Amino acid sequence: MSKPKFAMYWAASCGGCEIAVLNIHEKILDVDANFEVVFWPVAMDAKYKDVEAMEDGSILLTLFNGGIRNDENEHIAKLLRKKSQILVAFGSCACEGCIPGLANFSPIQQVVDTAFSTVSTDNPENVRPQPSYDMPEGTIHIPTLYPVLRTLDQVVDVDYYMPGCPPESHQIAAVIDLVIQVLQGKAQLPPKGSVIGAGGSTVCDECKRKRNEKTIKEFGRIQLMHADPELCLLEQGIPCNGPATRSGCNARCPSAGAQCIGCYGPAEGVVDYGARLVSAFASVIDSNDPAEIDRILDGLVDPAGQFYRFNLAGSLLRAAKPAWKSGD
Amino acid sequence: MTQRITIDPITRLEGHGKIEIFLNDEGEVANTYFQIPELRGFERFVVGRPVEEMPLLTNRICGVCPEAHHMAAAKAVDAVYHVEVPRTGKMLRELLYSAFYCTDHTTHFYALAGPDFVMGPDAPVAERNILGVIHKVGLEIGGKVIQMRKYGHTVVEMIGGRKVHPCTSIPGGLTKGITEEQRKEIEEMGRWAIEFAQFSLKLFSDIVLGNKTYLDLILGDIYTHQTYYMGLVDENNHVNFYDGKVRVVGPDGKELVKYAPHEYTENVAEHVEPWTYLKFPYLKKVGWKGFVDGPDSGVYCATPLSRLNAADGMATPRAQEEYEKMYKTLGGKPVHQRLATHWARLIELLYAAERWVELATDPEITSPNYHTIPTEKPTEGVGIVEAPRGTLTHHYWTDERGVVTKANLIVGTTNNYAPITMSIQKAAKSLIKKGTVINEGLLNMVEMAFRAYDPCFGCATHSLPGQMPLEVTIRNAQGEIVDVLKQFVD
Repeated sequence: MSKPKFAMYWAASCGGCEIAVLNIHEKILDVDANFEVVFWPVAMDAKYKDVEAMEDGSILLTLFNGGIRNDENEHIAKLLRKKSQILVAFGSCACEGCIPGLANFSPIQQVVDTAFSTVSTDNPENVRPQPSYDMPEGTIHIPTLYPVLRTLDQVVDVDYYMPGCPPESHQIAAVIDLVIQVLQGKAQLPPKGSVIGAGGSTVCDECKRKRNEKTIKEFGRIQLMHADPELCLLEQGIPCNGPATRSGCNARCPSAGAQCIGCYGPAEGVVDYGARLVSAFASVIDSNDPAEIDRILDGLVDPAGQFYRFNLAGSLLRAAKPAWKSGD
Repeated sequence: MTQRITIDPITRLEGHGKIEIFLNDEGEVANTYFQIPELRGFERFVVGRPVEEMPLLTNRICGVCPEAHHMAAAKAVDAVYHVEVPRTGKMLRELLYSAFYCTDHTTHFYALAGPDFVMGPDAPVAERNILGVIHKVGLEIGGKVIQMRKYGHTVVEMIGGRKVHPCTSIPGGLTKGITEEQRKEIEEMGRWAIEFAQFSLKLFSDIVLGNKTYLDLILGDIYTHQTYYMGLVDENNHVNFYDGKVRVVGPDGKELVKYAPHEYTENVAEHVEPWTYLKFPYLKKVGWKGFVDGPDSGVYCATPLSRLNAADGMATPRAQEEYEKMYKTLGGKPVHQRLATHWARLIELLYAAERWVELATDPEITSPNYHTIPTEKPTEGVGIVEAPRGTLTHHYWTDERGVVTKANLIVGTTNNYAPITMSIQKAAKSLIKKGTVINEGLLNMVEMAFRAYDPCFGCATHSLPGQMPLEVTIRNAQGEIVDVLKQFVD
């Protein structure tokens, strides 16, 4: 009997998800032993045309990373959806937009204009890249950028979500183990729509730092203090996103002295990441005086980024109004 | 018949870069276009963010070399705050970076470049991969390659907090140091890395330099361009990856300029073409003259070979020996033959490993003095490091609260966009002649032209350095497909 087919693809992403998968080291051999890898541009010969030629639903499992930034990304997302029985939004970009989703704060023209008018750009005629361009020898093409970056499930139906920027390698290994057990009839898949390869609580629950009752009189900046290496960072006034962020990473950043920046996305049951974080931060502010509360909140110098750093494209907001309008 | 050739790495629909070659009526190459199909727009959306987040946000430009972005950003935010990082802080960052270099250069040499030489450029496509290399030279070497990658990542995680997208560099230093136990472990791994690098150079010497065909291939004209070369150097004009000044030498090897990071705008500008999302950096003082080489063209290269060409030597003894050997073998400086980049990369691997041990054995490396609290108002700052694939420049402006108001990034591979384009053109021209049938050779040669640069359009788009699947579609003047040639595609 032929082995079930496995695919992995990147859209608008950085390649870190691929590196995280390669970092499972010897587990890769399990993937090889249990699956026929039919499409994985980073690790093997790409067979895009083969994918097109496959029967619908013939790939058992596809891990899709990257957001949907342009028409090519969307095309491949739809193609792989059609060909795959199980499509996993793999990593923060596919799940919730990740850092590239911050582009949704700006109209796309502004994003392009900025890139082509930086201080070192020599562009006296204000040239912008064109999807189709007539050269003396013929017309050449590049993809068209969409006005807003979308998550995978805003473009196609998604079966499972695997968060993280990138997903931790031990979580990837655990998911691969699970799928292999399912194949062997020893386990069952979780219900469609589940988050896999992550915990069900928050980063705070995994964090080993000491916690007291959190009360703060001001928000601080990590570079402007010598933070206590043992004490909860939020308690020290450092805006740590742990309270709203899903567990699963073993609180990696706080363990290394850095604040959680939220790459594992909303904790279980949280509808809107930003709203949850606003409420978590509000609850630690030690004041009942409106003027003082305002002063304390001013210490958060970038509320929009703080609350939606990884999650903007996947949030209830999805994008700022000017970005939506740039598509009109 | 006028023809149009489309070379699509992987395929046009996957956004990994695309080459168009146009032939004239005589069947000679009229022009080539190498297109980068994606833009994510970091320079726009980092505006409004607290500047201390830049080492975290810009990591996400590239998951292959996040360490490079983390370090360039860290140095830029230090500059924004006008803060001097304590010696231990600098050493920890450079130690992380040296280990990362070992991992990255190893991956490139064994998985990417190695197959061409170990298996031979004429070996069947199916054998020209890392598995082919392991089969030929033995499983033991494969194990060593995996070990080297693991060790590098282990050090990155110990100092940077994470294996991918490190999180510990902040303005003024780091959020944590290392313990004596960690130091010992790091030192041990570093000593192993030196042996591994020496072993790799010996392998290169045995397999490549001992074979006249390969040596001729390296020294041949097809992969030769006489351009300017760029690289970061220390106060002795020795190669440095983490710190120093950017030195540029001309095609004659003479220094054109040596500039401090904040002087980059006087020295580098980026040309724009309407048919691609990526810009073409060039030397401002020489000027943009199009995709041509020579002393009058501002096109420059920023690769391992460029760094060695731009420097006077290596800062560590074993690497210096190898440096001298390379230039002696190849007939002096600068070396213009692009395939020598693979050799230069291994010399850098040895340097990085030696530097790793130097730093790991410094008595101050375990000091708790790894961070200085900035006291000045944040304004503007530039940070430059050498990414494995070229000089990486980050430039930020902030308001007085340290919130980013403007940013400019010139990333590693981007530096080489023009030279890669030229190498493609030259490979095309050397293979496509009047009446000559375009064959598999074109694919191999174009691919090897690419590979020497180790292009990582992850930084510009999202393609990993890896096997470069190519598809060549030959069309007639009416756009009808005449023939399709493939490699790593089917």
